[in-house]
Amino acid sequence: MNEKVNITINGVPLRVDENKTILDAAEELNIKIPTLCYHKDLCVAGNCRVCVVEQVGTNKLPAACATPVHDGMEIMTNSLKVRNARKHIIELLLAEHNAECTKCYKNGNCELQELAAEYKIINQEFMNLVADHGCTIDDFSPSIMKDDSRCIRCQRCVRTCAELQGVNALTVAYKGSEMKISTFFEKPISDVVCTNCGQCVNHCPTGALIEKNYIEEVWEAISDPEKHVVVQTAPAVRVGLGEELGFEVGERVTGKMVAALKRLGFDAVLDTDFTADLTILEEGTELLHRLKEALVDKNPDVKLPMATSCSPGWIKYIEHMYPEYLPNLSSCKSPQQMFGALVKTYYAKERKIKPENIISVSIMPCTAKKFEANRPEMHDSGYRDVDYVLTTRELAIMIKQAGIEFMKLPDEHYDRLMGESTGAGVIFGATGGVMEAALRTAYEIVTGREVPFENLNITAVRGEDGLREAKIKIENPVKEWAFLDGVELKCAVAHGLINAREVMELVKSGKSDYHFIEVMACPGGCLGGGGQPIPTDPEIRKRRMEAIYAEDMGMPIRKSHENPEVKQIYQSFLGQPYSEKSHELLHTKYLPRERY
Amino acid sequence: MNSTQTLIKDLARQYGRDRRNLLPIIQGVVEQENYISEFAMIEIAKELNMPASDVFGTASFYSFLEHRKMGFYVIRVCKTIACAMKGTNQIMHAIEDMLKVKIGETTPDGKFTVLQTNCLGWCHKAPAMLINDEVFTDLSPERVREILGEYMRKNR
Amino acid sequence: MSVTTYQLKRVDLIFKNENDWKQILSKTLKRKKEDIINSLISSELKGRGGAGFPTGMKWKLTSEAKEETKYVICNADEGEPGTFKDREILTQVPHKVLTAMAICAYVTGASEGYIYLRGEYKFLQKSLYNAIGEFERYCEEIGFHFRIAIFMGSGAYICGEETALMESMEGRRGEPRNKPPFPTDSGYLGKPTVVNNVETLVHTYTIFKYGAKKFRDLGVQYSRGTKLFSISGDTPIPGIYELELGMTLSDFVEEFGDGDTKAVQVGGASGFLVPRKRFAETQIGFQGKLTGVSLPTGGSMMLFNSSRSMFNVLNNYLDFFEEESCGQCTPCRVGCQQLLKGIHAVKRGDKPAVYLNKLLKLSENMQYTAKCGLGQSVGNSFASIVENFREEMIF
Repeated sequence: MNEKVNITINGVPLRVDENKTILDAAEELNIKIPTLCYHKDLCVAGNCRVCVVEQVGTNKLPAACATPVHDGMEIMTNSLKVRNARKHIIELLLAEHNAECTKCYKNGNCELQELAAEYKIINQEFMNLVADHGCTIDDFSPSIMKDDSRCIRCQRCVRTCAELQGVNALTVAYKGSEMKISTFFEKPISDVVCTNCGQCVNHCPTGALIEKNYIEEVWEAISDPEKHVVVQTAPAVRVGLGEELGFEVGERVTGKMVAALKRLGFDAVLDTDFTADLTILEEGTELLHRLKEALVDKNPDVKLPMATSCSPGWIKYIEHMYPEYLPNLSSCKSPQQMFGALVKTYYAKERKIKPENIISVSIMPCTAKKFEANRPEMHDSGYRDVDYVLTTRELAIMIKQAGIEFMKLPDEHYDRLMGESTGAGVIFGATGGVMEAALRTAYEIVTGREVPFENLNITAVRGEDGLREAKIKIENPVKEWAFLDGVELKCAVAHGLINAREVMELVKSGKSDYHFIEVMACPGGCLGGGGQPIPTDPEIRKRRMEAIYAEDMGMPIRKSHENPEVKQIYQSFLGQPYSEKSHELLHTKYLPRERY
Repeated sequence: MNSTQTLIKDLARQYGRDRRNLLPIIQGVVEQENYISEFAMIEIAKELNMPASDVFGTASFYSFLEHRKMGFYVIRVCKTIACAMKGTNQIMHAIEDMLKVKIGETTPDGKFTVLQTNCLGWCHKAPAMLINDEVFTDLSPERVREILGEYMRKNR
Repeated sequence: MSVTTYQLKRVDLIFKNENDWKQILSKTLKRKKEDIINSLISSELKGRGGAGFPTGMKWKLTSEAKEETKYVICNADEGEPGTFKDREILTQVPHKVLTAMAICAYVTGASEGYIYLRGEYKFLQKSLYNAIGEFERYCEEIGFHFRIAIFMGSGAYICGEETALMESMEGRRGEPRNKPPFPTDSGYLGKPTVVNNVETLVHTYTIFKYGAKKFRDLGVQYSRGTKLFSISGDTPIPGIYELELGMTLSDFVEEFGDGDTKAVQVGGASGFLVPRKRFAETQIGFQGKLTGVSLPTGGSMMLFNSSRSMFNVLNNYLDFFEEESCGQCTPCRVGCQQLLKGIHAVKRGDKPAVYLNKLLKLSENMQYTAKCGLGQSVGNSFASIVENFREEMIF
């Protein structure tokens, strides 16, 4: 039971829990106090000082985000003293910030710009410090760009990388006027342990950390008559894109997105969900093979638990941090890369287009996907499997550039051949989704029956907890899988790399006996990906998650193995799941990287 | 295992492998090698099971934990108010003139690095400087030349 | 007649070494904890590091904190420009400091103590460890379990701020924490911690030895006891002096000036500059002072004679702060750069003289909004120098 205290904010009395901060208390009264370094996903830093308020009777102006309330406190959030101080702080931030907003990628979506506009900082009297700092731009990474001249040193990115992801690619270095956000020894992001997850980009209030964008390259491809430009859209994009284009958070815009992509001029609009379903068949089969080899054949080279391999941030994380567990990773490529490999083989053949004339574009909620597409491993079609990866945000920019009134678009359907999807493919976008989809299929392969959950909803693997566990007991399997009779399949689901570490430490210590683990690099899974609309916070991710599961419930087919186009591709092209052809195109291997 | 690795293992054994032992370990390396190299930082990170970036971020906060290669003797001349009033610039000029290097530089033989530093706490005997951990006060250009002369004759 | 005229009163308590620490320690350890706290409170001793928090209260709060593990830390990160007294204490009477730490540990229930020694004083480390060795042996003899270790700093002024100091001891960048929680509740490694300045601890020794009354009888109202002053700059007799609190700057300058004193910086770079015209009305003491300034930092007194340019003085201070700010909070990180760059722009004529007003306003806002004492006190020297010597700042 928390003690309650009585305070007033701007003269309004309030009774509030004593462990609350002034900022939280003000929120209860719907009084907005501006913030910059504060973020709901992160611990309190209290270093930007934008949220200072006046505490009557004291001389200092405490930071609302970092100061707990106490009984009898009288707070003024907009007194003259507060306004003057706050204006000075914003001016100071602008003085060390490259405020050439028109030349900034985040122009129009920048918290500092918003604050400056709100406080009408029109005369910048303080002296500009940007030139004094010798700022550098790091654009070596295919995913993320870091421009120190736009940085306001709020340290959100550093806290994100440490607290949400446990990666610590970013750190604060030096002190005083030289203090800056840095990597180890100020190396390029591409040379350190960065997983390219893009959470720093999602949490950066300014344009200091942004995705590397490939918008112009895609426009150029679209306008090239020689090129057949194919686009695939990841499951989580459809529950995020609307936020950038006037819809409420959690609105599903699948049909409008397809319509928009067609109007942008893509020659074929296809769905990553299709290869998500394909992934389930490949990965589910792989899991069953591994179980057989490990449990029946006692093959010591077969590693359990098997871990999912859809999330490129997770892949790079395990390469750096747990390279000895690379054999535990499913050999399946991510849906994006399966799609890429098939577009320039299967699709090209079926559509009778020369693969060299195909430009394959993907729309992803993710910045790590840009890195993934750039991997040397990803050329199994004989070409670069995926040419350009755009984030949800970049797609929104293109839609705006094209003058499309997104909200008024009709709903349209994906093109055929690789555009069909199931509810199982859709839920890949949420943490636990791959696990649930895999279980829906694998259980049915093994037992011939549907998973024993109401409406196929395996709620145990869903939710927001960082690490979740589930068990499923296999009873009366079909003959081929008889050895699994009575086996309790143990699964774990983790999202956010800090939780990935937890699960890996459990595995490492031998304390767990999981068979199958799903890891998504980003909080909430792909729906909270580093390429999704900004801002993000737990509430926003929750609403996107609800949208994903609603989309699943609304799909006529909800099991991957029932996807007719998946059946078709096995029939006409791949043969069996886990076949030689599959291995050639849909599976891969990763190599260890340095941890330091 | 090279000498840096051995040194770091010894230091970690001596102080412990918690984060709170980070500074004593870095200090131990700096004491031996006069700076903390990229290699040493990585070794410390491994030894303490912590991110290398945080070793760098922490070390770079402290002005006595240089991560650029330093000379065998690091000269730190105080530039804060009392010393400045008593002619720290003249001291600097004398040193630069004698060693033929500028502030921040190391002599080509790797013997001396010349730095400026903030208040050393010898304001009543200004100007003051440190050579490694040794303090010199009441400096004058002549006195500095004498001191440096001795150091130049010294073997490492 | 009740007009008191105060003369400079030299005292010799701190450095007087009668080598009686063993007696004082065993005698005091026999007293009741409440009794010790009460006598500290009644002595009205306030912290000599800079912030001036009542020492007895600090010990009381920590003793009341409900935790198994507690720590006592002696702050020997003496970095304030113009301050060098702690070095001398640790050189001459280290056992007094150690005794005080042990008694603090007894009162608060701590069993581990640390001395955070600035890297610049590394040469002291060896003699200090010898003293600690001797001291710990005696503690064992009398059955009192208390260990003291030295934690070396590495060249960061800000680590003298107590929460930055603890961050540093935890192996992190010395960035001050948000307060609350205060160290008395959650300090080193999250445990209740007393952080006392070296000199403060020695004063407690004086109090344990002579009783609270003797201490209280020294000094003036609100500013009891003696204080070590580090005196430097344009003075014929620089050095460390123990003086009773409450003197006026006129008396002080009379004694220590060179006959041409133009201004005195009281309290180091984060203190105030007092110009000649205000020497008579300025009394040296803590908050609640009769007139004039408080004693914001550890007793640095720097004298400037009329040959000095106050622009250069301010420039030197700002240069110091710009480098020594931890850099985490906006007002301090950017504010210091602006003040430094700003006075140069005015001096060069790139900015009009009225720009100084904007900078004064900024320095005032830094006082209100900065996260810790460093950023909050940059404005002290800035405002007092610019206001009193404005003409020297302008082209």
